[in-house]
Amino acid sequence: MSFGRSADFGSRKFLMVERTATVQVVNPHGMHLRPADLFARTAMRFQSKVCVTFEGQQVDGRSIVELLMLAARKGTQLTISTDGDDADEAPASLVQLVERGFDEMEEKAEGGDQ
Amino acid sequence: MKFADFIQVAAIKSDLAADDKEGVIRELVESLVGSGALHAEDLDGILKAIMKREELGSTGIGKGIAVPHTKHPSVSKLVGTVGVSADGIDFNSLDGERVHLLFLLISPPDRPGDHLRALENISRQLRDDAFCRSLKQAHSSADIQQLLDDADNSQF
Repeated sequence: MSFGRSADFGSRKFLMVERTATVQVVNPHGMHLRPADLFARTAMRFQSKVCVTFEGQQVDGRSIVELLMLAARKGTQLTISTDGDDADEAPASLVQLVERGFDEMEEKAEGGDQ
Repeated sequence: MKFADFIQVAAIKSDLAADDKEGVIRELVESLVGSGALHAEDLDGILKAIMKREELGSTGIGKGIAVPHTKHPSVSKLVGTVGVSADGIDFNSLDGERVHLLFLLISPPDRPGDHLRALENISRQLRDDAFCRSLKQAHSSADIQQLLDDADNSQF
C-alpha cells in the first residue's frame, strides 16, 4: 500500500486538520459494489484525503476498487479518517451514509452471513 | 477466495463478439449455460436480473473493467466467468472508458459474504496493471485460465 507517505498529501497547508470516526456496517450485504460506489462518490465531494481502515488494512476512500478489497461485512467496523481543509465536514457525510446502510436497508439478505 | 473457487473455466470467453452491453452479458450467461453451471431455462431470468442491476448504476468500475452480477435462486454456489472484448463495449462506466474485461458473477441470494469475497479477490488482483493488461490481451481461454491460475498462486 502507498498510504501514509507525506508526499501523497501534496503541499500541506497550515490549517489542515485530521479527523477520525468509527462506524458500523449495518446493511445486510456489506460493502459490495453499489455501496463502494456511493462511498467513493461521497468522498470525492470533499477536498480532504479520505482513508478507510478495516481489519488493519487501509485504503483510499475515493477508490471503488480499493474499497471492494476490504470485503467489509455487515456488523464490522470501519474507521474513516479525513485529512485536509474540509476534514471537519467530510466524516459526518460518510458516517451517515454507512449508518443509513447505503440506502439499501429495505433489501434483506435471506439468512447466510447475517 | 481464489478465482478457481468461482470461475467456470469452460465458460471463459476470450473473443466476445457482441458490440453492446446486453449482447456481451448474454454471451457470458450463455457460456455459463453451455458449461453446465446454469440451466438453460434460467438464462432469460438471469439476463434480465443482471440488466436490471445495471440500471441501478453501471458495474463498469473503471480502467476498462466491468463486474456485471446478480443474485439468483437457481445457483447453490457462486458461479462466474470472464470475458474479453477486443473492440471494447460502451458500458457507461464510471470513468467513461470502454470495457474490455468482464467478470460476470451469479450468487445465491443467501450468501452475501461469498459475493463480497469474490469482489475482494477481483479488485485486489485488478490493481495490478500488468495482470489487467495481460488479461485484456489474452487470445484464448487457455491464456486467461493460465493468468487466473498465476494470480491465484500469487505470480502477479
